[in-house]
Amino acid sequence: MVDFGGWDMPVQYPAGTVEEHLRTRTHAGLFDVSHMGEFEVRGPDAIPFVNRVTSNDVTKLIDGQAQYTALTTPQGTVIDDLLVYRFAEDHLFLVVNAGTTDKDWEWINSQKRDESVELKNLSSEYCQIAIQGPDAESILQKLTSVPLGDIKYYHFTEGQVDGVNAIVSRTGYTGEDGFEVYAAADKAEQLWNKMLETGNFGTDTGVLPCGLAARNTLRLESAMALYGHEINEETTLLEANLGWICKLNKGDFIGRDALAKQKVEGVKRRLIGFEVTERGIARDDQEIVINGERVGKVTSGSPAPYLKKNIGMGYVPKEFATEGQQIQIDVRGRLVNAQIVKTPFYKRER
Amino acid sequence: MANVPEDLHYSKDHEWVRVEGDTAVVGITDYAQDSLGDVVYVELPKDGEQFAANEPFGSVESVKAVSEVFSPVSGEISGTNESLTDQPEKVNEDPYGGGWMIRIKMSSPGEVDSLLTAAEYEDFTKGDTE
Repeated sequence: MVDFGGWDMPVQYPAGTVEEHLRTRTHAGLFDVSHMGEFEVRGPDAIPFVNRVTSNDVTKLIDGQAQYTALTTPQGTVIDDLLVYRFAEDHLFLVVNAGTTDKDWEWINSQKRDESVELKNLSSEYCQIAIQGPDAESILQKLTSVPLGDIKYYHFTEGQVDGVNAIVSRTGYTGEDGFEVYAAADKAEQLWNKMLETGNFGTDTGVLPCGLAARNTLRLESAMALYGHEINEETTLLEANLGWICKLNKGDFIGRDALAKQKVEGVKRRLIGFEVTERGIARDDQEIVINGERVGKVTSGSPAPYLKKNIGMGYVPKEFATEGQQIQIDVRGRLVNAQIVKTPFYKRER
Repeated sequence: MANVPEDLHYSKDHEWVRVEGDTAVVGITDYAQDSLGDVVYVELPKDGEQFAANEPFGSVESVKAVSEVFSPVSGEISGTNESLTDQPEKVNEDPYGGGWMIRIKMSSPGEVDSLLTAAEYEDFTKGDTE
């Protein structure tokens, strides 16, 4: 168990990180992500308000749809990345990272002007259990009358799961198809146990509970950013290749001017994915060396259990940010060869 | 319950030592491999390199983390388990056998006496988990 943003969380369950990772890719993995924070935004100005503090375009959402977006500083850097769920025109639901929940809550409240919105921090009232992988839908369907096949990617619905009122969202952080289920915190244990049981936990093809380490390797293979690693208050959305959640034409939002300026001038550095091409494993914070110069740092580095390669992401000056560029990683004093490759490293077959 | 063979010596850094004449064979314990999780990479020294007792001689990496491994005794490397390059999982599967790491020609064989016995190591790991 490790401390993770104030939560005691398992790095791995007895099956171990590799098996947890592979099972999620081939069958299903279960993740207790109740540590995530949840805010409710209600009121006639819910959409304009959230649209002003986040970078993606909230007005594009319809009821029952979710959106990946970011809370941005006036400099265009990232306070947090989050999901915005639209329940109704006057009712949004924000899901933020655990370690940044308090910071986000303070920030959002401090940015409120004369908008007619009511904000509630519901983080301690919700649990969140994610079931991910090719078998996720069939397992979850046994526990709910909600027709899961009708929920499109990045959409959600309200319904009962094992008799418990829940929000069922077709989202995830693994690169697989799957669902995230939000319910009252005191129902976490019931839902967790029921999903394990229904998913034939204990058999070779059954669902496996997955810890933080597998959650990290799964998202890294899919080249998804992790807050505090690829993105933070020092990195802009454009540098992090998150221009697609940066809707500069949607009207004013915090950080828009800085991002618009950076878009015109061009970024100086860019987030890239790399593959180690000789023996060695790149790790977070190690230096990236190009032509003998220390030009950047690894933001996430790890063995990739499904791809069976050693991969990573990191920042390099823009002129080197091209596929095929040879780089080196300073692995505890030894320079290890690597090469910039296309991301995501892993993409599931649809 | 971790396996702790009677006939070996143990360090507080979770290495084991098997004495064969003036040579020590060294690996990591069952308890250590279990705590690390799936070993995916092992880095070992070259023959002829010298290490003092308690000096790191290599590293073991799981998916999640890197751990240094320390030489329980002083001496010169006289062999390494090269099969771990392609089969690092042997460290998990057979930590006291196929997962051995180095052979070291001891410069002060008396150092072995200051290592833990199997019973002492078992007590030590219990303290570690509680």
